[in-house]
Amino acid sequence: MNTIEDKEGVKRYMLSLTVNGDPHTVVVKANTTLSQVLRNELALTGTKQGCELGDCGSCTVLMDGKPVNSCMVLALEAEGHEVTTIEGVAEGAKLSDLQESFVNHGAVQCGYCSPGMVLSAKALLKRNPHPTELEVREAISGNLCRCTGYVHIVEAILAVSEGRTTPPEETNAGGEA
Amino acid sequence: MSINTKIIGRSVPRIDGRDKVTGAAKYTGDIKFPNMLFGKILTSPHAHARIISIDTSAAEALPGVKAVITHKDVPDIKYGISPARWDENIFCIDKVRFVGDKVAAVACTDEETCYKALKLIKVEYEILPAVLDFRKAMDEGMPQIHDEYPKNINVEIHQEFGDIEKAFKEAHLVRTDAFLGNRAYQSPIEPHSATSLWDGDKLTVYSSTQSPHYFQYYIAREFGMDMGNVRVVKPYVGGGFGGKMEPTGLEFAGAVLAKLTGRPVRMFFDRHEMFAHNRGRHAQYMEITTGVTKDGKILGAHSNFMMDGGAYTSLGIATAYYAGALLPLTYEFDHYKFDLFRLYTNLPACGAQRGHGAPQPKYAFESHLDNVATELGMDPMDIRLLNARRPETVTPNDFAIHSCELTQCLTRARIISNWDEKKKEGGMPKGHGIGVSTGSFVSGAGYPIYRTDLPHSAVVIKVNEDGTSATLYTGAPDIGQGSDTVLCQMAAEAMGFHYEKMKIIAADTETCPMDLGAYASRLTLMTGAACKAAGEEIKKSLLEMASSMLHLPPDDLECEDAIIYSKSREGKALTFQEVARKHFVLKGPLIGKGSYTPPKLGGKFKGSPVGTSPAYSFGVQVGEVKIDEETGEIEAVGFWDVHDCGTVVNPRLLHGQVHGALSMGMGESVWEEVLFDDKGKIKNPDLANYRILTALDMPPVESEIVDSYEDIAPWGVKEIGEGSTNPTMGCFSNAIYDAMGVRVYSLPLSYEKVWRALKEKREREQGKKE
Repeated sequence: MNTIEDKEGVKRYMLSLTVNGDPHTVVVKANTTLSQVLRNELALTGTKQGCELGDCGSCTVLMDGKPVNSCMVLALEAEGHEVTTIEGVAEGAKLSDLQESFVNHGAVQCGYCSPGMVLSAKALLKRNPHPTELEVREAISGNLCRCTGYVHIVEAILAVSEGRTTPPEETNAGGEA
Repeated sequence: MSINTKIIGRSVPRIDGRDKVTGAAKYTGDIKFPNMLFGKILTSPHAHARIISIDTSAAEALPGVKAVITHKDVPDIKYGISPARWDENIFCIDKVRFVGDKVAAVACTDEETCYKALKLIKVEYEILPAVLDFRKAMDEGMPQIHDEYPKNINVEIHQEFGDIEKAFKEAHLVRTDAFLGNRAYQSPIEPHSATSLWDGDKLTVYSSTQSPHYFQYYIAREFGMDMGNVRVVKPYVGGGFGGKMEPTGLEFAGAVLAKLTGRPVRMFFDRHEMFAHNRGRHAQYMEITTGVTKDGKILGAHSNFMMDGGAYTSLGIATAYYAGALLPLTYEFDHYKFDLFRLYTNLPACGAQRGHGAPQPKYAFESHLDNVATELGMDPMDIRLLNARRPETVTPNDFAIHSCELTQCLTRARIISNWDEKKKEGGMPKGHGIGVSTGSFVSGAGYPIYRTDLPHSAVVIKVNEDGTSATLYTGAPDIGQGSDTVLCQMAAEAMGFHYEKMKIIAADTETCPMDLGAYASRLTLMTGAACKAAGEEIKKSLLEMASSMLHLPPDDLECEDAIIYSKSREGKALTFQEVARKHFVLKGPLIGKGSYTPPKLGGKFKGSPVGTSPAYSFGVQVGEVKIDEETGEIEAVGFWDVHDCGTVVNPRLLHGQVHGALSMGMGESVWEEVLFDDKGKIKNPDLANYRILTALDMPPVESEIVDSYEDIAPWGVKEIGEGSTNPTMGCFSNAIYDAMGVRVYSLPLSYEKVWRALKEKREREQGKKE
């Protein structure tokens, strides 16, 4: 990896990584995190920062298909890897089934956890297309949501696993189990 | 009562859903400006200390540091969100009053330099003894936190309605129980931030706020500016729950730094700083006495409370009044006494968290009521049904209740939770318990936070020139609860238009008419009323235009589903689009406007405005828990929530509010508590140690609504977002009590406390045997 040193002796590294299929080369320090690169260098602000301690999961992205907290990954560790952020989930203007399902199920409230939630769910369905409810809950247990109580999020993910993106017909304004 | 609506009552998808699932949604911290600087605030490491000196020279000399400011560089005019007690300064002048109090701020070329610069600011302190326990704050010899408030008393309330002594004298049973609450924190997932920039004399602040209007008002006041020169814009907000209601200091410091440097400045909190800024739930000590008849009818009640206010007032005056004022909502009794002290301590200031002052007192009262029921040998459901408030009644503290379907909620919750079967001997497996609790909340506060005769909500709807879309302009901030969506539904309904063709520009003080903000569960009713008026004005203009086009009288015409048709003659119809376009050509822009001011509400005693509202929601929760006797672990087996929230605008969003409220309430019931060491430092200022619910912790929940219509509200609507938090803690307390046969008297009802209570019970029983 090419490096340069500034006048205080701090090294900068030339990092190459692939984000949402696009090749990028950026200059980072050893302590720069992946979330900082995504948000500040590449302007991919769909990756959120909620705690920067790896507790909340808002900054979840996929590295070679696996969900990681991008605030806990050093940018240098992403060298040569394929990173998927929320901006890379839709197919052009068309929402992915998971995104569509999140919208239709009311799985989104404030939306701050939604990018990470969608990516964790995407990784789950890729490795396990028909998860149980418990498996869904386990898969998103690292993504904290303060708004929804997770009920509609779990419904939205299970729906996609059953080939739906809309809730079953709601019978009346009241009943919803 | 069912009403004939086309869009209201439909679970349309959120208007902002797409933006939020694609990552396109910009929150305050996502917005970047050319030449932007980053700013941080230096805070106090001591709970209580005198500032001897501040030396900023080393910080100023650091390359990349563009400005360093202290109290000398900012106005010294005190502020706060409660005008009756403005007690905060932008930066501390003589003293710091909690670990986290604001001392100085820096603006630098990048974030890392900010942290380096903060370390280089030298502050010399003289450490003072601190008040850390609110129950001792009034004691003789305790340190004085604010010179203006002797004995550390921030708010003192003594109210009596009816004759409580007489009620207790006539009672068959008078019982007192005491409970201790916990400090909880809202913990929105998005941290607070504010970006400030100047254009000549005009200041623009992008802020993660629940109330652009109050921010605009307080920023203008602090800097002596015209409100017209202060623009506050709320981008998407990642949750607030009451914690983003008031200025944080980020706006003030950012504005000054931006002015000094001539560059945009982004200020932000990290997670630890959010906990330190706080404004979360007050911990309360709650003593409740009630007198009841032999049959369980409540004759009177006395609430005697103390509150941990923290170092500043925040929204605490309202919180204090709410704590007692909302208690008589769900049960009918004539005699009520309410005493309270809100005390200053050297801890972060407490404010308004979802349900405001009500949830902890509700926990205390509902737990106490079950104790009363046990003493009388009554079923908890029966004692609530016997005392449940009825519609068109008035509380002892002069709140007029119109619609109220609490009895229906209780009856329905009893059925869907299978209450009667479960309460039978052996009706549930060993270790299980079931509990019930009620709740109620305002659908918007009757009075604004600062005194003003401005309307509480105002909106404008502009129909696009060719009639193919309409834009709603509202000051109302969507902070995740979904107001952008339901307000567009309401506007479209009133216009006879399509929801799918609505656009919205919201929560920008320059482009939108004012709105007081997202608090007190006010938007659906109050901003909804403004939307209805504006939509009806559009419809009226359209029908008049169509009348001349069709040569029919306007009152023979109706507009539904974007079609204007004759009620008397079939086949006579025009589209919304063509009539709207014609209007623009002949009469200019097609605009509707509406505003809402609540009627005069409440009594004439001191504090009477707090708790007034045009309408109140009511709700019941039943919860079944399972206790592991070995470990004290609490498993929530099932939850049933039945609500009277008037007409439902969007069922899916409504149930989402109930689920969210339950998850927050369960956290506060079992796990959540901000803890301090003996120096006033927070021990758990992060989401690993301050435990909010994960997807694995959330219990199964059934959420239902009952048929209800509120006559004074647009389309009969009432609130849902905050009221649904009120029953949860009491519900957990009662279910755990039912499971164990002993009660835990303090929040959170942690596994450890449950385990200890069970152990003590076993020891008592063994002692008896021996």
